[in-house]
Amino acid sequence: MRLRHILILSSLAGTVLLSSACSIQPWVKPYERDRLADPIMAWDRDAISSAYLDHIRESREGSRGATGGAGGGCGCN
Amino acid sequence: MTAALLLIRSTSADVLPDNRADVFYSKYSGGGMDITGYSATARAKITENFALEANYFIDKVSGASVDVLSQASVIKDERKQKSGTLEYLHDKTTYTASYQTSVERDYISDTASFSLSQDMFGDLTTISLGFSNSHNKVGENNGTADKPNVAWLGHALSRTYSGGLSQIITKNFIAGVNLQVITDAGYLANPYRSIRYLDPGNPRGYSLASQIYPDTHTSTAVQVQAKYYLPYRAAVTGLYRYFTDTWGVVGNTYELDYTHPISNKWIFEGRARYYKQSAATFYSDLFPFAGSQNFTARDQNLAALDNTTIGGKVTYAFLPDGWRIFKRGTVTADVSRIHFNYLDFRDIKDFGPPAYKPGSEPLYQFSAMVYQAYISIYF
Amino acid sequence: MLSTSTLLKRCAMAAIVVASTAFAAGGDASGTAPAFTLTTLAGQASGLSAYKGQVVMVNFWATWCGPCQQEMPLLDQMYKKYKPAGFTLIGVNVDKEAPAVKELLTRKPVSFPVLLDPANQVSKAYHVDEMPSSVIIDRKGQIRYIHRGYKPGDENDYQDRIRQLIRE
Repeated sequence: MRLRHILILSSLAGTVLLSSACSIQPWVKPYERDRLADPIMAWDRDAISSAYLDHIRESREGSRGATGGAGGGCGCN
Repeated sequence: MTAALLLIRSTSADVLPDNRADVFYSKYSGGGMDITGYSATARAKITENFALEANYFIDKVSGASVDVLSQASVIKDERKQKSGTLEYLHDKTTYTASYQTSVERDYISDTASFSLSQDMFGDLTTISLGFSNSHNKVGENNGTADKPNVAWLGHALSRTYSGGLSQIITKNFIAGVNLQVITDAGYLANPYRSIRYLDPGNPRGYSLASQIYPDTHTSTAVQVQAKYYLPYRAAVTGLYRYFTDTWGVVGNTYELDYTHPISNKWIFEGRARYYKQSAATFYSDLFPFAGSQNFTARDQNLAALDNTTIGGKVTYAFLPDGWRIFKRGTVTADVSRIHFNYLDFRDIKDFGPPAYKPGSEPLYQFSAMVYQAYISIYF
Repeated sequence: MLSTSTLLKRCAMAAIVVASTAFAAGGDASGTAPAFTLTTLAGQASGLSAYKGQVVMVNFWATWCGPCQQEMPLLDQMYKKYKPAGFTLIGVNVDKEAPAVKELLTRKPVSFPVLLDPANQVSKAYHVDEMPSSVIIDRKGQIRYIHRGYKPGDENDYQDRIRQLIRE
């Protein structure tokens, strides 16, 4: 039950963030994404390497999960 | 016995990533263990909207870990892992489905995952949701490395629910938050590890017994991260992860990364990570007597510990602008040094009576080196 | 004062509206095309007024934009094909710095004029909300069509529109 609440709340938060009824317009224009499109600004340049390091840590620590990232980049198309 | 690799780490929902092939070598050396890994991965777009990725990974383990008390001989094992992923991009949504199989002599794991990632709000916000289902079969090798005799002890089922939000804050700054809830049920212990309890009748002063784990485990992890572009062309990343589970483990991870490119040929990266965890409620280095608790564990992963990682990575583009069908080619070397420090796990392999009475052996600590080398071709 | 649930419902509906309009790859548009003057890589000034009376396609692109790179050779082919019929293509580059543009065009040259908009004034004037964007302007200087993004096959769309406007 708690998990469902967390997921519903987070998707609602995302919806609230992007609606124009709340009068907010995207403040970084597509032609201003040059730095974000730079490969050094990717969350994960080498997924195989990051997955391997995660595996090493999970095998020796009691923690697991929530690693990785999405989004950013060029925003093209 | 090893944990399943997390398959879906990141996606981009505006265009499918470039085609890419990697050949990867890794080596872990520390705590008496040596693990060498080899991997090959390839991903390619079949159409503008569909991409396929396949990965093959093989790990070879040798060594005698400090807490493997019941095994007299050196461990030698091999793990083979295969995975396949399908990605589909439609407008601003990327759908990903993948399947992974990991096979060792005494451990088999199958995982099916599905996730979707949605770009919204002028591509400033990305929301991801994921679900993963894993089935593991756990066994114990009662023979030797060369003449194995595996007894299958049980199964475990694992379900993972993930959510992520990524937000572009300024043209230099992106931040994100991830949430992941994992719930396991079944045989969850490492069969090679034992607990010890005080036993005056034993010359060592203690006797060994099997661990007794709960048959359920639910964990929640939340990670917040941010990446900032420095004006002279570099990036700095900070992340913090909070972990808590039904076994009483609370883990805090802090990491700082710095990426510095030079022209379009070199990228240098440095990382520093600090991790601290509290012990599981049913963990103890030395129990007072046999059967003192319903659940007992002496697995070093569940001990109170902290570790510090310092690492660096260098990428050199030997093909910076491409050649014929190849867009770019790079070679990367990555080295990390992790120092583990246990607060309630003692080194009973190297220390014992008469010099050290049970419970007074030095606390365990060790350093591990992790090496990675890979060649990546973009086409 | 709206209740939280009503506010959330309205935000969700507006979000769906915003999201669905953002999904449209191309749409008919209207209005006079804003005039502009920019410089080429060589430093010469040029602008929309130089092509009065022609059908003009203004393509907004950047060196860091993958789909932009993909469509460039096709835009070049299209430019060469329809130029005799009174069509011109202006590539407006939005990079903040010129060296990367020069380097790319040296490696992969195009025959259509490329103008630099590092201050993003023209991008703002044309309300560019996707990279790449192609704005098709008729002989009278009116914006007729805006195409957002690029996926292989979109060049057929461009050609249909250009042929239609050339015939007018």
